[in-house]
Amino acid sequence: MRKTLYQKVWDAHAVGKLPDGRTQLFIATHYVHEVTSPQAFAMLRELGLPVLHPERTFATVDHIIPTDNQSEPFADARAQAMLDALRNNCKQFGIRFFDLPGGQQGIVHMVGPELGISQPGMTIVCGDSHTATHGAMGAVAMGIGSTQVRDVLAAQSLAMSPLKVRRVRIEGQLGRGVSAKDVALHIIGRLGAQGGLGYAYEFAGSAICSMGMDGRLTLCNMAIEGGARCGYVNPDATTFEYLYGRPFAPSGAEWDAAVQRWSSFSSDADAVYDDEVSLDAADIEPTITWGISPDMSIGIGEAIPDPHEEPDAQKRAAMQTALEYMQLSPGDSLKGKAVDVVFIGSCTNGRISDFRTVAPLLKGRHVAQGIKALAVPGSQETARQCEEEGIAEIFREAGFEWRLPGCSMCLAMNPDRLEGSQLCASTSNRNFKGRQGSPTGRTLLMSPTLAAAAAVSGKVSDPREVFSNL
Amino acid sequence: MKPTRICKIKGKLVPVPGANMDTDRIIPARFLKCITFDELAGKMFYDERFNADGSPKGHPIDAPQYAGSTIIIGGENFGCGSSREHAPQAILRSGIRAIVAESFAEIFFGNSSGTGLPCVCASPNDLAEIRQQITRHPETVWTLDLETMQLSAGTENHPVRMPEEPREAFLQGRWDSVAELLKSREAVEEKASTLPCPHTVY
Repeated sequence: MRKTLYQKVWDAHAVGKLPDGRTQLFIATHYVHEVTSPQAFAMLRELGLPVLHPERTFATVDHIIPTDNQSEPFADARAQAMLDALRNNCKQFGIRFFDLPGGQQGIVHMVGPELGISQPGMTIVCGDSHTATHGAMGAVAMGIGSTQVRDVLAAQSLAMSPLKVRRVRIEGQLGRGVSAKDVALHIIGRLGAQGGLGYAYEFAGSAICSMGMDGRLTLCNMAIEGGARCGYVNPDATTFEYLYGRPFAPSGAEWDAAVQRWSSFSSDADAVYDDEVSLDAADIEPTITWGISPDMSIGIGEAIPDPHEEPDAQKRAAMQTALEYMQLSPGDSLKGKAVDVVFIGSCTNGRISDFRTVAPLLKGRHVAQGIKALAVPGSQETARQCEEEGIAEIFREAGFEWRLPGCSMCLAMNPDRLEGSQLCASTSNRNFKGRQGSPTGRTLLMSPTLAAAAAVSGKVSDPREVFSNL
Repeated sequence: MKPTRICKIKGKLVPVPGANMDTDRIIPARFLKCITFDELAGKMFYDERFNADGSPKGHPIDAPQYAGSTIIIGGENFGCGSSREHAPQAILRSGIRAIVAESFAEIFFGNSSGTGLPCVCASPNDLAEIRQQITRHPETVWTLDLETMQLSAGTENHPVRMPEEPREAFLQGRWDSVAELLKSREAVEEKASTLPCPHTVY
């Protein structure tokens, strides 16, 4: 008793202590993609090692694929070479690959939960920082580097030291037009981009309990932007309902046993936390970033903060650098700023719920003149659902470019990127300098609802003022 | 692939200013389009150092007085963002052997530890003093000692911190973890047999 989910999962997967004092932690599920795995497979070959448990590794391709035309060979020979390398590696080492033609490809953090591979009580890793996403299933999920990908392939385990656990409670009901993305940006804004260093975040409280799985996935996805390598939500009826019937989830007689086992991983009522933070759901506004770090955010109605009022010299300098880069002035409102590009997608907000939320708002409306608007479903499964439900057609009619699944404009590894100093209303997760492909490109992070409001009005807008049906 | 003991790193220091130095700034995503780390040498902090036309922006890394430095002096939350190991690999392959900063992002720290690039923390006050020192005397050769946990040069001494486990791994030459992990294969297999696997659950 008195244990958190993090501690229970850690204990269940601890193989033993290493001579340097770290724990050898068994990895239940491992995902690989084309960017951070080829180096790891090359290291394996160099060492002459096999993949110890190929059935526990799953692969897909997401970062480098074009979203307009996915016929091969790609125009970009380097991108094609990376896909080919992944295909060869999966074939040689017997790893299941959700390839482009299979109907199950997508962003790795979409595919795992959608297929029911990511389950409560597991340790889940991937060579990608947004692996924190899978913590929404009630798992301990974290990003790793390529050398660690090699370790997992070779030994199905990692040398790790445990994190501390901070419970982040959000109590109350989220306001109109406020979504999981706003909650994530609000938490990061309050606790800082480095606030979670050394911690796993347990998201709890009534606002989290009443949140659907897609929202929880969005929230945990952004844990890493607050410095927390893992974020998780205790598994509950919402989690089990989501998993039921998914291809890789247990079924039949095994289902009940699975639910019982999964439930046992939830944090005990008297669990001891290393730190606790409580926030009021009613304080969370539709939130938007103004700077070059995800913690530089404001409520849509607020003014851009003034660095001169910041007592900490390092933070003040960072704010000044950010304002200069973003070409923004303190005291100004972001509302009314003309945007050039709108991007709805990514492992943060490319889920079916995101498109279901926005479609009714876009119905009968049109993207403002001169705006490039991209809608990119995160997976082939989500794309299919959007077609079946008529969502894709609504986006197309509204003037969005409806694209094929991939990471797209979240990062600059495929043809979707900003040009010059374009300003982008983006549902992705990072507003770093140059993140969206132009070294001077500017990113405003926001929810799909805010992005839709920006798309139809051509400028940053309060969705509660733009959409009467919100 | 035989890790060696890493106890002392000697060299000049180079400041890399800014808090939240993210891995997109350490190595922009366009340099990630490769299947090996071989092409990353010299690419570290590329867009921080060069304009779009290739002209230098005047970053300390390219300043003649810091040429040949082997230790980076960074700020808070160094290496935040993406998990790309390309970041420490680009730094290592550009001749850097250690980083001293106020704090490090978890994944970057782990990646660096696993690739033989020690990352140690110093207090904001010590870092401010170190920055002043290297502005005045960029030519000074410093020693980062992982046994005594000091960054020192002459009479200058600054305490540094690192969690005990990775420090031990460097001192014992066990920082490349795969050999250690494979020693417990039987225990790993025993664990595997008790923990459900996604497509064969229960």
